Amino acid sequence: MASSKAAASRAGSKRKAAAAPIKASVEELQKYYRDMLLIRRFEEKAGQMYGMGLIGGFCHLYIGQEAVVVGVQAAMGPLDTVLTSYRDHAHMLACGMDPKGVMAELTGRSGGYSKGKGGSMHMFSHEERFYGGHGIVAAQVPIGTGLAFAHRYLEEDAVSVTYLGDGALNQGQVYESFNMSALWSLPAVYVIENNKYGMGTSIERSSAKSTELYHRGQAYGIPGIQVDGMDVLAVREAAEKALGHARSGKGPFIMEMMTYRYRGHSMSDPAKYRSKEEVQKVRQERDPIERLRGIMIERKVMDEDHLKALDKEVKAIVSEAADFAQTSPEPDPAELYTEVYV
Amino acid sequence: MPIDILMPALSPTMTEGKLAKWLKQEGDEVTSGDILAEIETDKATMEVEAVDEGVIGKIMVAEGTEEVPVNQVIAVLLEDGEDASAISAAPAAAPAAAAPAPAVEAPAAAAPAGAPPMAAPAPAEPEWTGATITQTVREALRDAMAEEMRANERVFLMGEEVAEYQGAYKVSQGLLDEFGAKRVVDTPITEHGFAGLGVGAAMYGLKPIVEFMTFNFAMQAIDHIINSAAKTHYMSGGQITSPIVFRGPNGAAARVAAQHSQCYASWYSHIPGLKVVSPYSAADAKGLLKSAIRDDNPVIFLENEILYGQSFDVPDSPDWTVPIGKAKVVRPGKDVTITAFSIMVGKALEAAEQLAADGIDAEVIDLRSLRPLDSETIVASVQKTNRLVTCEEGWGYSGIGSEVASVVMEQAFDWLDAPVKRIYGVDVPMPYAANLEVLALPQASHIVDGAKEVCYRG
Repeated sequence: MASSKAAASRAGSKRKAAAAPIKASVEELQKYYRDMLLIRRFEEKAGQMYGMGLIGGFCHLYIGQEAVVVGVQAAMGPLDTVLTSYRDHAHMLACGMDPKGVMAELTGRSGGYSKGKGGSMHMFSHEERFYGGHGIVAAQVPIGTGLAFAHRYLEEDAVSVTYLGDGALNQGQVYESFNMSALWSLPAVYVIENNKYGMGTSIERSSAKSTELYHRGQAYGIPGIQVDGMDVLAVREAAEKALGHARSGKGPFIMEMMTYRYRGHSMSDPAKYRSKEEVQKVRQERDPIERLRGIMIERKVMDEDHLKALDKEVKAIVSEAADFAQTSPEPDPAELYTEVYV
Repeated sequence: MPIDILMPALSPTMTEGKLAKWLKQEGDEVTSGDILAEIETDKATMEVEAVDEGVIGKIMVAEGTEEVPVNQVIAVLLEDGEDASAISAAPAAAPAAAAPAPAVEAPAAAAPAGAPPMAAPAPAEPEWTGATITQTVREALRDAMAEEMRANERVFLMGEEVAEYQGAYKVSQGLLDEFGAKRVVDTPITEHGFAGLGVGAAMYGLKPIVEFMTFNFAMQAIDHIINSAAKTHYMSGGQITSPIVFRGPNGAAARVAAQHSQCYASWYSHIPGLKVVSPYSAADAKGLLKSAIRDDNPVIFLENEILYGQSFDVPDSPDWTVPIGKAKVVRPGKDVTITAFSIMVGKALEAAEQLAADGIDAEVIDLRSLRPLDSETIVASVQKTNRLVTCEEGWGYSGIGSEVASVVMEQAFDWLDAPVKRIYGVDVPMPYAANLEVLALPQASHIVDGAKEVCYRG
């Protein structure tokens, strides 16, 4: 039932993207472009800083997947909450968190969102309604379901948006969450970011029925939809539907975003499990930023000069963040012992 | 200004590598994302991607070069409008700050010594002089929850069979009637899921009481208790709290064998960020559970099935609480200190009576809180008696007794007149057979023997 509808709307949305008039204002298009570009430039800079030894440990970059967070964020309401896994820099930027604070956390400095004590995988912001940043694969799913429980308990007009990867989808706690979420009709949207690889294992090698991950809620009666996650406008349209469903009290909704990460799983990934040609092909044919740029030029929403000015603005933000992340002092040694308990 | 392309660190531990191959040559144009070179580390061959756009002005390190240190300039990139003459200005050698991930220096010099990792000392416990009522531990726990739920709308109870069944051990009897299904929530059998859901609700500002039918089943949920609840306040730089109580029966019941008879006191006590309590009397069960619900930290509340039906005097007041982190001397004495918690307090008191008959005056301390541990009360007692016997139902290896013994070693070594004696469960999975189960559990007689041993009264 849900599946046939979802499949139809998938085919439909693809055709629509090519032909139909764009349902976004000039300001919106500019914002999505800028937000995606900010994420890309931020991540490129993070990769570079990792290479220079300024960022330690694990560092999971989001390059290639930008349309997913930007499209979903565009459909969210002011009280909605977000949480995700360890590939989290982009989600924080999309939520409106300060790039300086995020980058300074990556370098382990006192100006970071967690004062340097959390690192790349563990950041939070009550203010921007971002609840992590979770380093254990799929642990964010029950926690996000708990946020939905709290929204309902407090009778708020809020939906909990939980992002998870295709790899996380094979963890048992995901289904424990789907069950409770559907059982109690919680206002929850689960966004599967299907970038085709859980670390180095392709979905074909890890997941039964790997072409239909959006069906994974079917047994619980949770509707699912598969979306071109490289098309920010298609993502926004699908997210509006999903959030509307959850907000209206009909319970949870699953979105499967077909996306791709250009970089390795983390910085130390030699990427031997996929060919260079595969990566190049996606970059050339499906890149979400180039795609929107093409639409904007074609429809004369922005000319090259405008786009160049935007590029410059974004580069300046990232470079300011990088400077801040290198000049912000390391945490005071006394910080070692604080905030273990309230 | 030409841009230096540096030898990158490609893993958390890489300090140098071999520049195996250049994929771009001098004069080639590059855009961000282009693969510039291949680098061999001790683990793998990796590609270096361009971050900036421009033209390769000069290659500084030839392909095939081994042991190229991280952060050495390997090539110079010219930006729009620059030509090779600009390169002379570029530094040719590796910058001084060549180390990858800033090496962690020994903190000894910099970090403050004698850190106080445990929670602040508990406030003094007021002496109750008012009226008391006689209650079972089960009733006391229920009243604690009901009173706190009346006082704070954000407190709710969730777990398996807590609502319509009235609690697998009847601890939540009557709560559904009073508070309704919104606040007394029956969950599916899904410990991992509802523990995580509870943590999420707590992070958002609710105050969940999560009941585990027994703590044996909480092993399914332990990732959320430790990684999600205990560590998040620290990891978030103090932004996020998890005010949640995980409670339920812990330790051996009777004849339920290995998978249903384990004490988790030392497991949870090991974790910074958690508070762990394990009361014996009904009064302490009530007073400590109320404190646990009011606490803004995650609290592990270890009950005992056999104690549920035992009766004690309980202060008759909804305002009365017991501070977390405070032990209680339940029997004063001068010859030997016996520490215990939960059901072992009863056995320690029984042992003390037998010892008294033999002329040994034992002081029994109910630890009540296991993290933070009230070392002050323990040390003060040992300074008086000069002898210590620790008791716990769980295994001794890395147990609570080991921790108590360490505290006394560190803080009262000179007062000890005998080595510390630990009494604990036999180091085997709990057997089913009635006789073997008795043999596996520490009994009052073991405590008596241990006390005589440290008093050199064989």
